[in-house]
Amino acid sequence: MSREKRIGEVVLDLQHISLAFGGVKALTDISFNVREHEIRAIIGPNGAGKSSMLNVINGVYTPQQGAIEFQGKSFAKMNPRRAAEMGIARTFQNLALFKGMSVLDNIMTGRNLRMKSGILAQAFRWGPAEREETAHREVVENIIDFLEIQAFRKTPVGRLPYGLQKRVDLGRALAMEPRMLLLDEPMAGMNVEEKQDMCRFILDVNDEFGTTIVLIEHDMGVVMDISDRVVVLDYGKKIGDGEPDNVRNNEDVIRAYLGVSH
Amino acid sequence: MAFFLETLFGGLMSGMLYALIGLGFVLIFKASGVFNFAQGAMVLLAALCMARFSVWIPAWFGFESKFLANLLAMIVTGAMMVVVAWAIERVVLRHLVNQELTTLLMATLGISYFLDGAGQIMFGSAVYAIDVGMPKDPMFLFEGMFEGGVLVNAEDMIAAAVAAALVGALALFFQYTATGRALRAVADDHQAAQSIGIPLNRIWIIVWAVAGLVALVAGIIWGSKLGVQFTLSTVALRALPVVILGGLTSVPGAIIGGLIIGVGEKLSEVYIGPMVGGGIEVWFAYVLALVFLLFRPQGLFGEKIIDRV
Repeated sequence: MSREKRIGEVVLDLQHISLAFGGVKALTDISFNVREHEIRAIIGPNGAGKSSMLNVINGVYTPQQGAIEFQGKSFAKMNPRRAAEMGIARTFQNLALFKGMSVLDNIMTGRNLRMKSGILAQAFRWGPAEREETAHREVVENIIDFLEIQAFRKTPVGRLPYGLQKRVDLGRALAMEPRMLLLDEPMAGMNVEEKQDMCRFILDVNDEFGTTIVLIEHDMGVVMDISDRVVVLDYGKKIGDGEPDNVRNNEDVIRAYLGVSH
Repeated sequence: MAFFLETLFGGLMSGMLYALIGLGFVLIFKASGVFNFAQGAMVLLAALCMARFSVWIPAWFGFESKFLANLLAMIVTGAMMVVVAWAIERVVLRHLVNQELTTLLMATLGISYFLDGAGQIMFGSAVYAIDVGMPKDPMFLFEGMFEGGVLVNAEDMIAAAVAAALVGALALFFQYTATGRALRAVADDHQAAQSIGIPLNRIWIIVWAVAGLVALVAGIIWGSKLGVQFTLSTVALRALPVVILGGLTSVPGAIIGGLIIGVGEKLSEVYIGPMVGGGIEVWFAYVLALVFLLFRPQGLFGEKIIDRV
């Protein structure tokens, strides 16, 4: 089945989002949507408002204007917990892993929302709590296999090289079995080989689990290769939106990225 | 030899009590990355509440049983510490999510003054006694080995056993349960913890409530030894070197640190004290902590601070 055929209805619709911090306008009147199963990229130069956009979707920031519609439900504001409950997971630009904890524990925390047994049951290791823990552990082991980090299971993540930490960050998000995955510069600071690995993981997640992916990326080459549609931001405004080829030839986009001869 | 052992035991016992207070610090530090200045105030509040209710309750309901009175007072105080934890989350912590750690630190200082004051307004500022019926008689151990045996306080033995059990249980809880994992996660990174749906508010209530219950146990033991009075609040500061030594993030560290300091204090007082005119007990712990801060800032068992450059 070709990729185009899998892409479904609109799952996330952002309407006229404006966000300001005091007098600084981070985002101005931005609208775009994300379809089921697609890989949607948000690109733009430094300070264009890409991360702010992701933080709005994830509920960290509340926009002053605009509405967010996720799976047909409309929100004036999100909050991170509700976003997580609705199946939105994310990774972070500047790694926000639990540094002192092992790789396994880090990824296990991603199962938190799915754990049902109470605090006392856990403390006394009653049967159901024990079985639940084992079941979650199995899911997590699958993710560890998938990301090829078996050898580092027990290592505190603070000791891992950067590229592997990025994988753990992705693993933690995957453990939530999200419907939508927000990736904040998943390839920043990586070498070519690490980037290729990460691309492969992103495409595999999208293919195998059907997860919808919204990603921010600096590396234009990577973005154009793997995404279905691209939004371009510059100074908090939307200057382009469409398929990679369209965007590549868009005058405004070229100007924003390369400057223009006068 | 018998005298040495006696001093050693004395040190271990008081070390256990330091550990108990240190444990409260560690719990909150682990879950919010903040050094909780209010731990001492929580110990005082719990002890005051316990002391007063164990007298009030029999008076209100007109019964004599000491055991029942203590049990009920313990339940009331436990409930109050949970309510305090809830209130602290609701009024203070909730509004400080994702703020600088210094901000949280100052907030705990404020909480400390508030609890000190509130406790004394509610329960009065006189010196009270807590009597949970711990045996006060001295015991003699190893009578076969040494002439006259080694003198040990039965009360101290029980206190030490209670503290050890509590520490063991909490260490296991943190390491091997999903909630423990969530607590550690919150300590490391608020934002990331929220993004995977860990409810920050509930975690904070749990952790402050547990710290409150540990404070209750510490309050009962200290209170029944020394009486309940305002200085109990400053006893907590003696536990500060304990957590620096053991590592702020380590539950077992709190107990080892407590023991080292307890024993160190007593032994140095007895054996080195006479050489310098005594008084070592007062500053020994702080100097030891200072040395640790210079050479091993994460403490004996703390998580090593790893910085990538």
